[in-house]
Amino acid sequence: MPEAVEKVTLQLTVNGKLHSLSVEPRVLLVELLREILDLTGTHVGCDTTYCGACTVLMNGAAVKSCTMFAVQAEGAEVLTVEGLEKDGELHPIQKAFGDSYGLQCGYCTPGLMISTLQLLSKNRKPNEKEMRKAIAGNTCRCTGYQNIFKAIQLAAKNMNGA
Amino acid sequence: MLSQLGDEAKVLAGGQSLIPLMKLRFANPSHLVDLNFISGTSYIKEENNALRFGALTRHAEIEASPIAAKIPILHDCAAGIADVQVRNRGTIGGSLAEADPSGDWATVLITLPTEVRCLGRTGERSLPLSDFIKDAYTTTLAHDELVREVVLKVPPKGGGGAYLAFKRSAPVYPTASAAVQLTMEGDICKDAAIALGCVGLTAIRPKEAEAALRGQRITDKTKSAAMEAARIAADPQTDMRGSADYKRTLAAALVKRAIDIAIRRAAGQQVEVSHIYA
Ligand SMILES: Cc1cc2nc3c(=O)[nH]c(=O)nc-3n(C[C@H](O)[C@H](O)[C@H](O)COP(=O)(O)OP(=O)(O)OC[C@H]3O[C@@H](n4cnc5c(N)ncnc54)[C@H](O)[C@@H]3O)c2cc1C
Ligand code: FES
Ligand code: FES
Repeated sequence: MPEAVEKVTLQLTVNGKLHSLSVEPRVLLVELLREILDLTGTHVGCDTTYCGACTVLMNGAAVKSCTMFAVQAEGAEVLTVEGLEKDGELHPIQKAFGDSYGLQCGYCTPGLMISTLQLLSKNRKPNEKEMRKAIAGNTCRCTGYQNIFKAIQLAAKNMNGA
Repeated sequence: MLSQLGDEAKVLAGGQSLIPLMKLRFANPSHLVDLNFISGTSYIKEENNALRFGALTRHAEIEASPIAAKIPILHDCAAGIADVQVRNRGTIGGSLAEADPSGDWATVLITLPTEVRCLGRTGERSLPLSDFIKDAYTTTLAHDELVREVVLKVPPKGGGGAYLAFKRSAPVYPTASAAVQLTMEGDICKDAAIALGCVGLTAIRPKEAEAALRGQRITDKTKSAAMEAARIAADPQTDMRGSADYKRTLAAALVKRAIDIAIRRAAGQQVEVSHIYA
């Protein structure tokens, strides 16, 4: 079994809140989020960098939080699904996934919404090819993806204020 | 620092190969030295007819780079690796250092004159990519040596290339891939470089396929000759991605498509390429 490992200090911002912690260097970012910060919205589907259920934004870029050490997020701004809503109001992406039936069991949904956010923050009018490319790293075993594409389009429309 | 930590220490770049391998306990380094906090290691520069990539330059940065887009085969490669999340982390230096037989960068870069600049305790050395990668997962890097920069020559006038990979889904390595870089003068092919990926221990240069094109007008007949030579040069293994025979045929078909696109690009056409999904 692994012996006890010396902890290292870590400062990072998660959903706008600054945290100063000390963690073992082997702790993955997703473990920090779920087990230490109790933000269990970020899921672990495969733990092999395949499914994208663990996707979070780090400094604006979508990453698989199961494939990064927490200490690599030193100084970073991390956004998880819990950070999407503002003042009790769902984010337009969250609303669109609900309104378009873009989810069934919901396991993949936090990761998909974060990938959608990365896409829409750069491109407010994605075509089908761009949508497919943006979520190619997120596996959904329920929906067949069609309603997810509808959700992305609806979110884009609502975020454009149309 | 690496020489002090001993040969069980490893450097961590994008972590998109190393962390999955550590989870599987295939890699068990005593220490990890994270390169991500070293500034000035991620850049794309054009200088004296060459492009220089810092080792820590992410696939996504190359995908978005207008400088790299001038050599379309680079954009084909960067935009096709895995998915958004992996491209946001994975680096060009890590990909070459990993020397995965299915890695896309080595297959593409070997068709352009590419040098790998390495930094060790005793100084710097620069070597051609074809000498840098020795075997599957094996490079000439010493344990305390780093990839610092990847330098490639801008193709000459009349140059056109394309990279095509066939994949089962985005977050997996391709089943087979082909990179073709041509130099055209009118409708005569002055020079040809071809590489096949995922069908050998390292990227394969099918010399006979290149010879079938060089100095020729490219017709269905020359293309068929190149395809046949590529089929013979491929040396794949049967595995869960497909049988050896299937992969040979696939690689040859990808060569033909890549030749067609390379010719159109050499003539100045904009052709968008995306990887082909099963
Ligand atoms: C789901 C998934 C799908 C993928 N699909 C593809 C694909 O289709 N095509 C493809 O090409 N790749 C694919 N990859 C791999 C990806 O491109 C990796 O990013 C890349 O192979 C390794 O780069 P890295 O920066 O992540 O390196 P790391 O994982 O950090 O390191 C890999 C190895 O290289 C060494 N190393 C890294 N940087 C240096 C350096 N500068 N000097 C010396 N040694 C160094 C490390 O010590 C380690 O041994 C995939 C990965 C995943 C997880
Ligand atoms: S849990 Fe991270 S990719 Fe599946
Ligand atoms: S809704 Fe169930 S996996 Fe996507």
